[in-house]
Amino acid sequence: MICEVVYLVKAVKSFRGGIKPRHHKETAGLDTVRVPLPSKVLIPMLQHIGAPCTPMVKKGDRVLVGQKIGDSDKPVSAPVHSSVSGTVTDVRPFLYSSGVEVMAVEIKPDGLQEVHESVAPPVCSNRESMLRAVRESGIVGLGGAGFPTSIKLSPPPGKTVDILVVNGAECEPYITSDFREMMENPEGIIQGIRKVMEITGIPKAYIGIESNKQDAIDRISMYLKDANDIEIVSLPVRYPQGGEKQLIYAVTGRKVPAGKLPADAGVLVQNVTTVSFIAEYFKTGMPLIKKKITVDGGAVAKPMNVEALIGTPIREVFDFCGGFIDEPRKIIMGGPMMGVAQYSLENPVLKQTNALLAFNENEAEEPKESVCIRCGKCVAACPMNLLPLYINSNVVRGNFEETLKYHVNDCIECGCCSYVCPASRHLVQSMRIAKAELRKMAAKKQGGKN
Amino acid sequence: MEINLLAGSSPHIKSGESTQKIMRDVIIALLPATIAAVYFFEVQAAMLILVTVISCVASEYLWCRITKKKNTITDLSAVVTGMLLAFNLPPALPLWIAVIGGVFATIIVKQLFGGLGHNFVNPALAARAFLMASWPVQMTTWQTPGWDAVSSATPLAIMKYGSEAPGEMPGIWDMFIGNIGGCIGETSALALLIGAAYLVARKVITLELPLAYIGTVGFMTWMLDGESLFTGNFVYHIFAGGLILGAFFMATDYTTSPVTFTGRIIMGIGCGLLTSVIRLYGGYPEGVSYSILLMNLVVPMIDRYIIPKSFGGGAVKNA
Repeated sequence: MICEVVYLVKAVKSFRGGIKPRHHKETAGLDTVRVPLPSKVLIPMLQHIGAPCTPMVKKGDRVLVGQKIGDSDKPVSAPVHSSVSGTVTDVRPFLYSSGVEVMAVEIKPDGLQEVHESVAPPVCSNRESMLRAVRESGIVGLGGAGFPTSIKLSPPPGKTVDILVVNGAECEPYITSDFREMMENPEGIIQGIRKVMEITGIPKAYIGIESNKQDAIDRISMYLKDANDIEIVSLPVRYPQGGEKQLIYAVTGRKVPAGKLPADAGVLVQNVTTVSFIAEYFKTGMPLIKKKITVDGGAVAKPMNVEALIGTPIREVFDFCGGFIDEPRKIIMGGPMMGVAQYSLENPVLKQTNALLAFNENEAEEPKESVCIRCGKCVAACPMNLLPLYINSNVVRGNFEETLKYHVNDCIECGCCSYVCPASRHLVQSMRIAKAELRKMAAKKQGGKN
Repeated sequence: MEINLLAGSSPHIKSGESTQKIMRDVIIALLPATIAAVYFFEVQAAMLILVTVISCVASEYLWCRITKKKNTITDLSAVVTGMLLAFNLPPALPLWIAVIGGVFATIIVKQLFGGLGHNFVNPALAARAFLMASWPVQMTTWQTPGWDAVSSATPLAIMKYGSEAPGEMPGIWDMFIGNIGGCIGETSALALLIGAAYLVARKVITLELPLAYIGTVGFMTWMLDGESLFTGNFVYHIFAGGLILGAFFMATDYTTSPVTFTGRIIMGIGCGLLTSVIRLYGGYPEGVSYSILLMNLVVPMIDRYIIPKSFGGGAVKNA
């Protein structure tokens, strides 16, 4: 096919540090296949950063597709919806791998997939109503963090945001679901970007895509021929290129001040899949009930890209991919660098789930931790310019306050330090501990004052 | 199906790098200089290297046995220490002195302070300094390479003491390939640079420290070692003594060098200034070992004060 596509390649700023792990993106060429209706769904009330929702249904209720089953009146939250039509069989606590326990609604599908009456394209007259529609859709940042999108789209007062950066970097190994979205739904992505620009009044958008995804770059540029409000930026292939601060720097040359938000640098970042969902929602009114997921790893019989309903037990997703050819030793939700290891195959697919990896014994094997030889590889790899080895040595000694000197709270937990460490020290893990301990100490101080 | 899942915290993949692999790379990088040492100083060099390596590894093994600690000789760091110590010894040194050097480096300098990663000075250099203090005559008896070995001064001594030192000033080429008097592993700049290039290519070391070190020595000796300012023969100073070995293989020792770029530059310049001052104004013709040892002592302080600003930290200017 000959097509004269001109896409603009901006001079890209390179962040310091980072790593180049093996890509393992063998699923990139595989079209997305839909997973059949699961035998049950379990929908947790907290699938975002913020306040958990309160269940709005009880055992025995009949629910329909797209029906809101949980919401919260707290400002930072996103409602959750039923992904199936069927009967609520239980409303019970569900334990996340992180140790957080939330309420979850278990539904047995009736196979009819009857759509709820509330599902209709939103009618919006102004910004406020559009933001309300975004909130009602249940959308959260689908890049992995899960921050409620409606909050992100309402910039804090007094801050001017003039650039939208759309994240198509997909720098984590294995994951190709964003790539598939770019290949399969380029128009939707562009419509979504325009919708976000309309809602926020941002005049200019850049789509950042790593240069190893040339197909996606070509595909999207075909739909951008005469556009000058949206540009594609081809990014160097390096993890964590898709990290918010690193991406903003690469695309705009702006640095987000430490401890601040992208809005403080005048930038809004949205994932490609998030924006394409927004476009879809304004067309159909169907809230977020399904996700594109890359299923891969040495224990999976047939690695592939699937579309699964939120709440589907991950066991059924793996079963759909031919089950396991090897005994799985580690099941990861998300990428291998930042994903969360699952303790059970009964855990459900969530809004932010973009990959499910099943590692066999070999892949899951972790080398034993040994003494730090002060090689400084963690320092060279840290994209935030931190000194992981000293944070680690202080955490090991229990000197949590000392880690503040080493800017531990600026850690983005990308895992580069642990990845490169020849002594296999638990570097990023100790930073998480330090952050949690410091939060506890701060809360105690606060409590003491009141 | 009952399965047993691991649920550790991310990341779930690793680069595959290990302490042992790094040490193996250092050993490989030291091989060209080993070959050069054996070529120029023959059996004497081969025996010295063998004896110090065995001495270091055996000391570490016995230490671990006696203190009932996990055996650490498989990390290969003791082999590296042994090779580096041998490289810093004169060819005619009695072997029993070399054995004592290996024991001192491993037990006193390394293990007594907590083993790998905890020694505050470079074990090989500290052992060399100890041997220099204990057996100064044997440690400074030099000879020319080859079978017809005659006693001779090192080029640096010839430069420093002129006609008082025995021997003649060698040519640049002999100095570059290592056909000169000196410690067995320091003389062949060519072999050492091949090894250093390997370490850089394998990303075991970075260049900022060695370049700052060599650059500083070059500049200082060029400025101060001539009849008038800026006429010094800096090429001799760079290739004649232990500078190449010291800058690429000793000063870059992980445990005893800073972890930040800025810190490494500071250490390199510090080593360079000290080496130049010792060579030009001190009592010894050579000052690489002592410079590195002295700067080793400052490393904890450098790392304490050089804490970089995090990305986006400090005052950020956005266009």
